[in-house]
Amino acid sequence: MNVHPPAAPALAMRGISKSFGATRALDEVDFELEAGRVHALLGENGAGKSTLMKILSGAIKPDAGRIILDGEPYAPAGPLDGRRRGISMIYQELNLAPHLTVEENIVLGREPRSFGFVDRTAMRNRVRSALELVHHPEISPGVRVKGLSVGAKQLVEITRALFEKTRILIMDEPTSSLSLEDTERLFEIIGRLKAEGVGIIYISHFLEEVQRVADTVTVLRDGRRVHTGDMSRVTLDDLIRMMVGREVKEMFPRLPHAVGEVVVSARKFRGKRMPSAVDLELHRGEILGLAGLIGSGRTEALRTLFGLDELDSGVVEVFGRASGRLAPNRMIRRGLGFLSEDRQGEGLALPQSLADNLTLSFFGPYVRLGFLRVKLQIRAAEDWIRRMNIKARHARQPVSSLSGGNQQKVALARLLHQKADILLLDEPTRGIDVVSKSQIYEWIGRLAQEGKAVLFVSSYFPELLGVCDRIAAFHRGQIVDVKPAEDWDEHRLMTAATMGRVA
Amino acid sequence: MKARNQLRAVLNLLAPFLGLLLVMVLFSLMPDIQDRFLRLANFKSVATQSVIVALGALGMTFIIISGGIDLSAASNIALASVITAYAINAGLPPAAALAAGVLTGGLVGVVNGCLITSLRLVPFIITLGMMGIGRGVAKWIAGNQKIDAPMTWVNELMAKSPRPSWLLLAPGVWLMILLAIAMAVVLRRTVFGRHILAIGSNESTARLCGIRTVRSKIWIYTISGLFCGLAGVMEFSRLTVGDPTVAVGLELDIIAAVVIGGGSLSGGQGSILGTMIGVFIMAFLRNGSTMMGWPNYIQEIIIGAIIVAAVALDQFRYRREA
Repeated sequence: MNVHPPAAPALAMRGISKSFGATRALDEVDFELEAGRVHALLGENGAGKSTLMKILSGAIKPDAGRIILDGEPYAPAGPLDGRRRGISMIYQELNLAPHLTVEENIVLGREPRSFGFVDRTAMRNRVRSALELVHHPEISPGVRVKGLSVGAKQLVEITRALFEKTRILIMDEPTSSLSLEDTERLFEIIGRLKAEGVGIIYISHFLEEVQRVADTVTVLRDGRRVHTGDMSRVTLDDLIRMMVGREVKEMFPRLPHAVGEVVVSARKFRGKRMPSAVDLELHRGEILGLAGLIGSGRTEALRTLFGLDELDSGVVEVFGRASGRLAPNRMIRRGLGFLSEDRQGEGLALPQSLADNLTLSFFGPYVRLGFLRVKLQIRAAEDWIRRMNIKARHARQPVSSLSGGNQQKVALARLLHQKADILLLDEPTRGIDVVSKSQIYEWIGRLAQEGKAVLFVSSYFPELLGVCDRIAAFHRGQIVDVKPAEDWDEHRLMTAATMGRVA
Repeated sequence: MKARNQLRAVLNLLAPFLGLLLVMVLFSLMPDIQDRFLRLANFKSVATQSVIVALGALGMTFIIISGGIDLSAASNIALASVITAYAINAGLPPAAALAAGVLTGGLVGVVNGCLITSLRLVPFIITLGMMGIGRGVAKWIAGNQKIDAPMTWVNELMAKSPRPSWLLLAPGVWLMILLAIAMAVVLRRTVFGRHILAIGSNESTARLCGIRTVRSKIWIYTISGLFCGLAGVMEFSRLTVGDPTVAVGLELDIIAAVVIGGGSLSGGQGSILGTMIGVFIMAFLRNGSTMMGWPNYIQEIIIGAIIVAAVALDQFRYRREA
């Protein structure tokens, strides 16, 4: 492994500007990257990070400014150009072909060929050595990608980028779907990439991680660069302040609320997709966190409870009454609401309007004799847009045109709109900017104040510790322990989640 | 903002409308047929000729919007026409025979819906199978020949010169118009319509929101079946015989109408008005081509080209909006 510390930065972007219609997405932004270093790019949703990276990868062209790559001018005609020059981007929404195997995905577009036929042996050998770097128990060359967990899929994408001899790797929210284990693995891989001279641009909302992995940091706000400097010289508070432009007092607003009687009780509860049976109790006005690694069975438990997956055995009582057959429409009538972790695949109907998505689970107030009173529906939707600070032009807009964070707000607003008394939230703040996260924590606290009950699944322990009343730690489908949040700390949660025992 | 959104909705329909206009202008400019083409009598003729495809397309619009497809539509039409003829022949009052035809279509629809929701097979495969079964049953009942039936008022439904004459258009045409309006209202203004759009956009999301997807889908295929049944009655009315070999390949015309009108085969998009425009584009094409004396295969080539153009245009528009 040869490391040649370069005299000039490997990448220099100067004076980049880009507008989309009336919106100025980027305003004379400068950005530099040195080989073998990690440069973090921070900013709220809509600050311009994605746009800047899309310009770099060649997906869009800037209105002004220039880019110099390894001393040569760089003006890609398209993403393929970018990839040929060694710039790879790994998106938040993964770009894999689910029906092909790991191996086939990794070599897609660069299959080792022999007279037009795929050279299978060469392919397998090269893939195997590339996968050595990644080392994930689920991933083996012959496995079909669609069977892999989200974390494993992401690692396959990273391997594909490496396979293409990438020099600059852009990672957009790489850890948002990864377990702690996989995240550690990723950081290891990043370390190895650095040693090989690969420059990495790291975009993430997990500031503690960014602090760990990045050498340099740049903060964008409203399309402008507000800060660039050594990571070691700024505090997280400073960064948040620069991203937001105002003080964010408390990440986790602690709203006082009283915990009441049991509203949901699940005994010896096991679904067809759950690794084992669990016992759960949820109280009125309580925020119960379900902590654990990805694959530990929390999502499966939640989905079975809501009736999306089949129940095998066990008794579920809601508000003291036996639940009967579990099905989404029945659970909604009983007062439950469900927020899926896969908001695009299962939370929203993207081509439909904001208003339709918002009222999809509860058309009741706008219906008369089967007919929809559209004006009423739109007005109510506009009300919710204001209340939840959703950045949209109007309620008839298709939800696909909103940013990720705003889409998530619509999905959450739907639960609030349907007046759910018991909310099952699966990773509600994944991939969302800091300010929106803080807003969501506030709403959850307010819901508890109003006497609603919340089941909060998350792999991000600090938010569970900051928001929940009690936390249940999952390990391989079983609940290791359930304790008040004060009796947990990150270390204890980690131990329970990774090793299945109480520290 | 509202105006901008309305403008977009208008533009969305503009494309198929322009297509229709283009077709009509094209034929109006042909010197040989100008005088014959642009006549009320011809328009009435076209309207009458569209009824069967239109009725099938109304139901198909819902199916396609929900993300499904129905290849058995045409064989269902044939089966319904045979049943209607059989019933009249057997001495049933015409109204009952009409009902029998419509309900037969509905029954096939129910079977389609139930099979699709219970077996984990895609609608394409299930309805492909039903296409064969439906056609086979029709031939069986008809004894592999056409069924003659005595004339009743059912045969008046598709008459070009209706009695009473103040109707101007055949009763079948009025029925088509009324049902189109009704279905447009159902699609845009009822909760059922929203459910269908949601199921077609993202079935998982619809389930998650408590929509009874199984029930809704069975309803969609049943309703479409009823429409096919009605189309079958109209077919019988037009031919005055129950012919089990009628409407072969018509399902493709029906699906084409929906797609030309803006329906997306992946679901979540489509409109009744668009479908009707699609129906008329094809009807005027056939009408004009026949008048010009062009052979059948020219019509087929042109219609095929239009389908590709319509879908390409639709994709182009969709990509620009997103």
